[in-house]
Amino acid sequence: MRDEPGFGPTTPGPVHDANPGPARLRGAAGDPVPHDSAAKHVSGEAVYTDDIPELPGTLHAYVLQSPRAHARILRLDVSAARRAPGVHAVLTAGDVPGAVDIGPVFPGDPVLAPELVEYVGQAVAAIAAETPGQARAAAALIEAEYEDLPAILTVDEALEAGSYVGPGLTMRLGESAAALAAAPRRLSGSFAMGGQDHFYLEGQIAYALPREDGDMLVHSSTQHPSEVQHLIAKVLGRPDAHVTVEVRRMGGGFGGKETQPALIACIAALLADATGRPVKYRMDRDDDMVMTGKRHDFQVRYEVGFDEEGRIQGIEMDLAARCGMSPDLSNAVVDRAMFHADNAYFLANATVTGLRCKTNTVSNTAFRGFGGPQGMVAIEYVVDEIARALGRDPLDVRRANLYGPGRDLTHYHQPVEDGPLLAALMDDLEASCAYRERRRAIDAFNAAHRVLKKGLALTPVKFGISFTATHMNQAGALVHLYQDGSIQLNHGGTEMGQGVHTKVAQLVATEFGVGLDRVRIMATSTGKVPNTSPTAASSGTDLNGAAALRAAREIRNRMTLFLAEHFAEPAESVAFRDGIVAVGGRTLAFAEACHLAYVNRIHLSAAGYYRTPKIWWDRTEARGRPFYYFACGAAATEVLVDTLTGEYRFLRADLLHDCGTSVNPAIDLGQVEGGYVQGLGWLSFEELWWDAHGRLRTHAPSTYKIPTGRDVPADFRVRLVANQPNREDVVHRSKAVGEPPLMLAISGYLALKDAVAAVGGHRFPVHLDAPATPERVLMACEAVRALGAAGPWAGP
Amino acid sequence: MDQRLAELRDTAPAVPDRIPISLVVNGVEKRMEVAAWTTLLDLLRNTLDLPGTKKGCDHGQCGACTVLVDGRRINSCLTLAVMKDGCEVTTIEGLATGDVLHPMQQAFVDHDAYQCGYCTPGQICSAVGLISEGQARTREEIRDLMSGNICRCGAYPNIIAAIEGVLGGTAPAQAKEDPA
Ligand code: FES
Ligand code: FES
Repeated sequence: MRDEPGFGPTTPGPVHDANPGPARLRGAAGDPVPHDSAAKHVSGEAVYTDDIPELPGTLHAYVLQSPRAHARILRLDVSAARRAPGVHAVLTAGDVPGAVDIGPVFPGDPVLAPELVEYVGQAVAAIAAETPGQARAAAALIEAEYEDLPAILTVDEALEAGSYVGPGLTMRLGESAAALAAAPRRLSGSFAMGGQDHFYLEGQIAYALPREDGDMLVHSSTQHPSEVQHLIAKVLGRPDAHVTVEVRRMGGGFGGKETQPALIACIAALLADATGRPVKYRMDRDDDMVMTGKRHDFQVRYEVGFDEEGRIQGIEMDLAARCGMSPDLSNAVVDRAMFHADNAYFLANATVTGLRCKTNTVSNTAFRGFGGPQGMVAIEYVVDEIARALGRDPLDVRRANLYGPGRDLTHYHQPVEDGPLLAALMDDLEASCAYRERRRAIDAFNAAHRVLKKGLALTPVKFGISFTATHMNQAGALVHLYQDGSIQLNHGGTEMGQGVHTKVAQLVATEFGVGLDRVRIMATSTGKVPNTSPTAASSGTDLNGAAALRAAREIRNRMTLFLAEHFAEPAESVAFRDGIVAVGGRTLAFAEACHLAYVNRIHLSAAGYYRTPKIWWDRTEARGRPFYYFACGAAATEVLVDTLTGEYRFLRADLLHDCGTSVNPAIDLGQVEGGYVQGLGWLSFEELWWDAHGRLRTHAPSTYKIPTGRDVPADFRVRLVANQPNREDVVHRSKAVGEPPLMLAISGYLALKDAVAAVGGHRFPVHLDAPATPERVLMACEAVRALGAAGPWAGP
Repeated sequence: MDQRLAELRDTAPAVPDRIPISLVVNGVEKRMEVAAWTTLLDLLRNTLDLPGTKKGCDHGQCGACTVLVDGRRINSCLTLAVMKDGCEVTTIEGLATGDVLHPMQQAFVDHDAYQCGYCTPGQICSAVGLISEGQARTREEIRDLMSGNICRCGAYPNIIAAIEGVLGGTAPAQAKEDPA
C-alpha cells in the first residue's frame, strides 16, 4: 500500500459521502477526501521519525538533566561516563563547537547548561552510546556539584521580585480610568488558569546522520524545519547550507514542536558530529514532559465597569504569564493573549497589560492558540462575573457586548467586520441547541435537586489569523510536473495530523484540473523549500496553499502559452479540467499535454512564493492590523456536577464553526472536534503541578490526565457554517482552522462555573480557577455555600 | 542494607543473557533469543522490524502499543517478550489480508478516525480485541472499554463511530447517567 500514488482506494463512508459529481475529479478543493496518509495510518505503514530504519552503527542519545531549579554548576566530572561501556561521546557546554545558545528569537536557551542551571530538567550533559540503556547508565556516572541560588517559581513570586523575560506591553482604546469611574456598576477580581502539556502522542525525536564534508542530515519531528536547520548550523558552527532537516509527518505537534525540537535535534547533531556516527535522540515520555515547554499559565487581574444591561463601559486587565526561564516565544504568546482579551466583545474603553514573568521553571512555549485561549478565557470569565452580579443570563450579557456596527474597533485599533457573523452564529446556535428551553429545564432540575446541579454556557470565538510577527507571514513551495503528467508537491508546511498536505494537494490538483491521485506529496525538507516559517498560527494551508497554487499557476501558464502557440489557437481557449487539456476544439490527455510541452522544451517546474497582504503591526504604538481576518465560531456545553464530590460529566456539546468555504470539510470537522476536546482537557482536568523545589510532579499520563473517549460529551453535535466564504482572498475562500476551535471549549469551563453558581441560586460570585478539576469545583461549591446562598447546609 | 543486597545478589539464580523463545507473529513463526528484560514492544519494533506498533509512553498509559496476544489486547510495552513464549501475536501489520483492509481498518478510513495517526494502530488493535471480547454493545460501553487508548488529536467521536459501524447498526441512544 505504501507505493500507491496519493490515495488508496476507499469505500465511501459516512464522512466521505459527498458526491464529487460527474464534472469533477475526485479530490478537488472542497471535497471531503480522506487524509493523504489514511491507508498508511490504518495499516501501520506510515513512517514516523522513530520508524525510519536505523543505519548500522547508529548511536542513541541520553541527556543528564539538572536536578535543581536555580543553581551554579560547581563541578561537572564526566570522565567515568566517558569510560562506561558502549559510550562513544559525552558532551558538556564546553564541547559545543559553535554557539551554545539556541534561543529561537531572543537568547536565553543554552543547548547544554554552561555554568548555571535555571530549571529542573535543563540539559547539562549529552551522551551517545550504542544502546539507550548504556547511555542512560553512563549519565548516572556523571558527577555534578551544584550551589543552589534562590529560585522564583510562581507568577506571584516573579511579580513581587519584578522578574521578567521581557518588558511589559499595554494596549489601549478610549479612556478606561474615566469610564470605570463613570460606570454605574463595578467589579474587580483576579483568577488563575493553568498551563497544559502537549502530550503529542509521538514524543520529541531527532535522528542525525553525518554526511560528506561535515554536512548533516537530520530527521526531526518538527513544525519548524528551517529553525531547526538554522540552530543546528549555529551549534555546529557551520553555514545553514550544510544542514538539511526533513520531516514527513509528526505524531501530533500542537505547538510543542515549534521551538522545542531544536534542543533535541541540536543534541543529536552535536553527538553525531562528535562521533561521526548516526545518532538518534528519542526522549522518554517523562523526560519530554519535564524538559520541554508547555502552554503558559496565567494570572488575571481585572477591574470592569458596566451598566445594568451588563454592557462593559470600561475595563482594565492585567495578564501575567509564567514564561519560565527564557523568553522563547513568550513575547508573542503574551501579545496574542492581549489581542484576544476582547474575544467577540467591543471594549470601548480598555487598558490591557501583558506581563512576561521569568521563573525558574521550564520555558513555556507555543501551544495551539498561542496565548489566545488564555486572553479569551480572561474576558469570558469577566463577562460571566458581570452576569452573576446582575442576576442575568450570561448569554444575554454576551449578546449585549458583542461587536456590531458602530461598535467595531479592537483595543489594538483593528476594525472588526465580523460582528454580524458572530451574531448570526450565536443566533443559529441558540436556536439549534434550544438554549432557552434547556435553560428553563436546567433551572427546574437545579431547583429540584440539592446535590446534583447542571450548568450550561454558550460562548462565541473570534480568533485572529496571521502570525503577529509580520515577517513570518510568508511561504514557499516547489512544484514539479513530470512529462508523464505526475506532479510532485513540495512546500514549507509540515504535517502533524491537521491535513495540510492533503489540502494543499487538493488545491494543486484543482489548479491542473486533475485527480488528486496525480499529486505526490513529498516530505518537508529545507533542501527543497528554504527559509520557511513554522507550521503554526493555523496558517499552514493559507500560506503554503497559496505558495503552491502560485507555483502550479506558473507552470500552467507556461503550458497554456505554449499549447496556444503550438496549435495556433487563442490562449483563452486553453482549459485544464477533468484530467484533460482542451485547446480550441482539441482535447489532449493531461499526460499527453505534459509530454508535448516537455519535448518542446517548456520548463515544467516552478517555485511559488506568497506573503500575506494588508497586515501591519506597530508594537511601540500598540496599534495596527495584526490579523488578516478572524475565524469565528460558537459553542454550547452542558454539564452535570455532583456538588458533594466535585465530580462532573459533560452531557452535551453543540459546536458551530466557520471555516469559510472549506478546502476539505472532513478534515476541518476533525480539527473542530479535536480542538474542542483538547481545550476541554486544558480547562477541566489537565493539571500541571510543580512542587516547592520546582520539580514537575505530573510528568506522565498516570498523574496528568489526558481526555479519553469517555470524557467527550456523550451528545456531541458539530457543524461547519455553510455558505460563508472568507471575505479576504484566502485560498478557496477558506478560513484557517487549526487553533480556533480549541476555544469553543471555554463553554465547557463556563458551564462548570454556571453549575457552581446554581448552588447559590445564581446570586453569588463564583471563583473558579482553571483547570476546573473536581477538587476546584468542590472548593468553589463550598465557597458559594459559605456565602449562605443555599441557606444552612442540611446535608444530602 | 548493602550487605544484604550483596547476599541476595550472590544467592539469586543467574539470569541467562539471552532466552530462547518462539512466537507466531502475524501468522509467521519466529524463533529468537531475547534478553529477559526486552519488552514485547521493543522486540516487535527493533528486532522483528514491525514499527507499525507505536511507543507513546512506554508506561502502559496511552495504549499506542496495543497488540493482540492470542486474540486479547495488551499493552506490549508492559509485557516482557519472554512472558509470551509460544503465543500468537497480531500487530497492525497483520490485520489486512493482502491488499484488503480489515473491516476495522476500513471503518477507520471511512470515518476519518485519526488525525496524526500515531494512536491509530493501537486504537485499531484495541477495537478489534474489544469486538472479539464481545463486551461492548452500546456507544457508552465502547467509550468505556476504549478508554485505555489515548488520542491526543481528539478524534474520539470518529473512532467511536468507526467501531460502532463495525459492531453493526447504530447503538441505541444511551441514558444520561449521574456522575454520582
Ligand atoms: S506505549 Fe504502551 S501504553 Fe503507552
Ligand atoms: S490521531 Fe493523533 S493521537 Fe490519535
